[in-house]
Amino acid sequence: MRWEEEGMKQNAFIMGNKLMGSNPHAFSLIMPSIPITHTQTPYVTGTSVLGIKYKDGVLIAADTAGSYGSTTRYKSVERLRPIGQNTLVGATGEMSDFQTILQILDRLIITNAMFDDDNTLGPPDIHSYLNRVMYNQRNKLDPFWNTLMLGGVKNGVKYLGNVTMLGLHYVDDHVATGFGIHLAQPIFRNEWNEDMTLEQGTKLLEKCMLVLFYRDRSAINKMQIANITEDGVKISEPYALQTKWDYEAFSNPTVGNEGSW
Amino acid sequence: MTKTAIDLPPKGGFSFDLCRRNAFLESQGAKMPKFRKTGTTIVGLVFKDGVILGADTRATEGEIVCDKNCEKIHYLAPNIYCCGAGTAADTENVTDMVSSQLELHRYATSRESRVVTALTMLKSHLFGYQGQVSAALVLGGVDVTGPHLHAVYPHGSTDTLPFATMGSGSLAAMAVFESRFKEGMTKEQGIEVVCAAICAGIFNDLGSGSNVDLCVITKGGKEYLRNYQQPNPRSYTHSKGYHFTTILSSKIRSLRNHVRVVEGDAMEEE
Repeated sequence: MRWEEEGMKQNAFIMGNKLMGSNPHAFSLIMPSIPITHTQTPYVTGTSVLGIKYKDGVLIAADTAGSYGSTTRYKSVERLRPIGQNTLVGATGEMSDFQTILQILDRLIITNAMFDDDNTLGPPDIHSYLNRVMYNQRNKLDPFWNTLMLGGVKNGVKYLGNVTMLGLHYVDDHVATGFGIHLAQPIFRNEWNEDMTLEQGTKLLEKCMLVLFYRDRSAINKMQIANITEDGVKISEPYALQTKWDYEAFSNPTVGNEGSW
Repeated sequence: MTKTAIDLPPKGGFSFDLCRRNAFLESQGAKMPKFRKTGTTIVGLVFKDGVILGADTRATEGEIVCDKNCEKIHYLAPNIYCCGAGTAADTENVTDMVSSQLELHRYATSRESRVVTALTMLKSHLFGYQGQVSAALVLGGVDVTGPHLHAVYPHGSTDTLPFATMGSGSLAAMAVFESRFKEGMTKEQGIEVVCAAICAGIFNDLGSGSNVDLCVITKGGKEYLRNYQQPNPRSYTHSKGYHFTTILSSKIRSLRNHVRVVEGDAMEEE
């Protein structure tokens, strides 16, 4: 209905203004006395997110660290969030941009619910929407500094994909962001198969999270795993993994050549 | 009294004399020559009876693969081998040089070479050149004091480890090691893990590829397994070569007869 569409447009405009302010560079566009700049570097960042499809749904894991440059500033950051009934979003990168994206998604879900027509947004819809958001923001040369992972199950169809800060998006059976691309994807490619049970999938993710804890300096040993099935989204409480530091060569590295290192 | 200039022997190490000139030339737009890198996956692992070294076989020059099947596991001594990543010329020459020094040292001491000797020679040479010799090495061997595995970095620092990886594919290989390494593995288990690590580098890193080379060193001796695994065969080849059907008939028609000049001048024939 046309008047509904107009209302929607108005809402979108108001939302846009409220969240991002009316163009602060409006005057500069007419009379640019200083160059227009946007934030180029992230400040509080989250590290990798890993995701795999398994027999009954999708498993996504992330640790709970928010790094401020080279220090671990926040140790209880929830980087995995449910969206609607069937989807989960996980974020790598600037956490403030992730919070803004969550507000945008919240507004999307609420607006969709207001139609009151029993139609909910599923993972592919949210993936597509996020892609538009990220790409358009990047075209303004002011990207959301995030790589987002999106997973969910709706009507028996399992869905898992990524959206990067440039607006690149793709789907796959197993995905990773950040350091996970270099450390976890090789393990996924070797060991993932289509009919993994919940235990096997959890074990595989925990194995990769352990490698990331050993070899990624911004990772901490406190992680959450989210399980998305047809019944909904369940995010676990944060927990730690068992680590092994008592190799013989670690405890006595200079055996045979005292004084060396 | 004659004044003689005392000829001091060259001190060795990196001479910084030309650095300012090179920096100036580069700022003026002169292009530095491209060097052949071994963008690589090299690994080493200590198992129950010794050390296993592994490497891929791809050598790159910028974005091109210049050698599909090069040898990255270099000989240092009968009981010591060294994998090299970084600039190919640097790794080859540094290992050759240390290998000769070790042989002379063996003659002088009448003993089997020790891994720490090779380690010390490598690290003091690399440190003297302040990282300009771009050689990242995984050094492994078995001597009278047991099996040893070391990682040597271009600036001269070293690490003593139960398992080590270097090169552009080191993250993929390290992921495999961190999830599968156990202390005191048998030779078969060790070879399996090393192959898995090199294959992870070959298939997930663009700077590594082609085949897997292995070298297993134990107290009894060494096994140099060149091209132990070849997971990248050329699939679309025909052993007898390809040949196409014989020509059944041919007909040549001159197209010029079909072109008639209706208006204007005819084109000049050359």
